[in-house]
Amino acid sequence: MSEHSKPELKARPLSPHIQIYRWTLTMMLSILHRATGVALYAGTALLAWWLLAAASGPDAYATVQAVSSAWYGRLVLFGYTWALFHHMFGGIRHLIWDTGRGFDLKHVEILARITAFTPPVLTLGVWFAAYLYLGAF
Amino acid sequence: MVEIALPANSKIGKGVAHPAPEEAKQPRTLKIYRWNPDDAENPRVDSYTIDADDCGPMVLDALIKVKNEIDSTLTFRRSCREGICGSCAMNIDGQNTLACTKGIDEIKGDIAIYPLPHMPVIKDLVPDLSSLYAQYQAIEPWLKTDTPQPQNEWQQSREDREQLDGLYECILCACCSTSCPSYWWNSDKYLGPAVLLQAYRWLADSRDEKTGERLDDLEDPFRVYRCHTIMNCAKACPKGLSPAKAITEIKKMMVAREV
Repeated sequence: MSEHSKPELKARPLSPHIQIYRWTLTMMLSILHRATGVALYAGTALLAWWLLAAASGPDAYATVQAVSSAWYGRLVLFGYTWALFHHMFGGIRHLIWDTGRGFDLKHVEILARITAFTPPVLTLGVWFAAYLYLGAF
Repeated sequence: MVEIALPANSKIGKGVAHPAPEEAKQPRTLKIYRWNPDDAENPRVDSYTIDADDCGPMVLDALIKVKNEIDSTLTFRRSCREGICGSCAMNIDGQNTLACTKGIDEIKGDIAIYPLPHMPVIKDLVPDLSSLYAQYQAIEPWLKTDTPQPQNEWQQSREDREQLDGLYECILCACCSTSCPSYWWNSDKYLGPAVLLQAYRWLADSRDEKTGERLDDLEDPFRVYRCHTIMNCAKACPKGLSPAKAITEIKKMMVAREV
């Protein structure tokens, strides 16, 4: 038998992927759509907590009101408002795509910009209106 | 499975820098992924500075110049040098494209070049695409019919032929599939944009008589439905095609036959 053994095949490395790929708005929106979807689950639990408290009596309701009107509670609600708008706009974008429309790269970018930048404006609008209603200004 | 970090043997180390020739009028630096199967080292990124003034206009020209004049061990695939063979598909400046159709002057600063993402590397810029080819074979990319073979060609009206525009141009370079995060995480089960565009090419062909069977084969939670319309595929395609749109058309056909 030959003394020469077959050269051992080295395990092939995996080429880099997310480390090197240039981020795009559509890529970012995809991950945000997923993240806001997860956040909405948590938000729905908070909503259920509020409804349960309302059904349980004045003490439980007062606790929820205290938490939700504290600064940290409002911060969460502010985030929830944005997540709701963002996920809704993302959903509408996907609905348009599901009909087979909006796939040329120009419209992809337009849809992406609307989805990214309208929800923050609407969120601020809702909170401005809410504070206005509460007589904060 | 989503695995953000690279495995230990794939982590990229520091490489060698080859300086510019002294008389360079327009020095441009290429930072190129290197991995040699014949030594025990991890991958690294070597940098080569060339004189773009004394080089062809495309990134492929720069790679050939490096191989000819600086480092003959640099390994990459190339053939037609005009965007029709798909051999020189790689990740340039953070996006998958063909080195032969990407202009050096389209890139600002250093030119980062990596093999197509999330693939096993054979050497340097040469990825192992065999799993993708196996997936391509799995969709049976040929005309399937029950009708006996005609005497002459299978005929098709002009309008039916137009249904294949935006599909037949695909050169299977794999830029799209390897740009897709969903394919990165699920390439064992998800067919990916390139293969799905090809699958739709046969679904859309008026001469093919196995549309139902083809759809049955695709109907699965992973094969098609891991597409989340991230759009990297359409942005990467060097031929300007939209695999994302083709995938949506497949989904529409699946829904349409249920109602």
